[in-house]
Amino acid sequence: MRIEYFQLIDEIVEIGKEEGLIRTRATVPLESTIFEGHFPGHPLMPGVLLTEAMAQTSGYLLLSMSKFERMPFLAGVREAKFRTFVVPGDILDLEARIEHDGSGYAMTKASIKRQGKAIADAGLTFRVMPFPEPEFRTMMVENAIRLGYPKDLIP
Amino acid sequence: MSSTFDTVADIISETCDIPRDDIKPDSHVIDDLGIDSLDFLDIAFAIDKAFGIKMPFEQWTQEVNEGKASAEQYFVLKNLCERIDELIAAKTA
Repeated sequence: MRIEYFQLIDEIVEIGKEEGLIRTRATVPLESTIFEGHFPGHPLMPGVLLTEAMAQTSGYLLLSMSKFERMPFLAGVREAKFRTFVVPGDILDLEARIEHDGSGYAMTKASIKRQGKAIADAGLTFRVMPFPEPEFRTMMVENAIRLGYPKDLIP
Repeated sequence: MSSTFDTVADIISETCDIPRDDIKPDSHVIDDLGIDSLDFLDIAFAIDKAFGIKMPFEQWTQEVNEGKASAEQYFVLKNLCERIDELIAAKTA
């Protein structure tokens, strides 16, 4: 994770093998200014950032489904649960599945596990719309490739 | 039409916490029921699921924005239900 750049996932582990499914991985950094405040002496990964990690995982799934032609923007979070504490150094396995691919919107179900144990899960709603400018799309393609998205899946 | 309306009205009532009796066939989703675009995503999701369709909202919105259709054509409930019935018929045709 590069929290200060809001990059909450480190690697796309699996995409394209099963339709509507993505798996990613992220390591919580050992140090971050966030932990100086959340909380002093007791560093905990904020639930809002775990939600963002699930949103980013879902986002790459939706980008893939639109062949990087449309950008998903987080619009809603349903029934988010944070089942246990996440601390610096934790390695997180994330997963997102498409729940519904609507017209101009999409719903996913996302989850986080640590060593196979459920950490967090949520239903997420996205508005899905054309990129506002081509440079935005280029940046997202570059980010995806940097995370390990298969180049042969990018049109 | 009536069963489609009942289903849609139930969805709107449950999703947006609007009394069921306030939802009429002539209700405008936005102007009369005060449903915003984010709530409408949840309604669209529930309608798509309930009827096994994919309402083409992007196309409808574009038609309204370009003046090719009126908002009432899609967002007054009795008209929305007609559109839904058309989509169901097209699916089963």
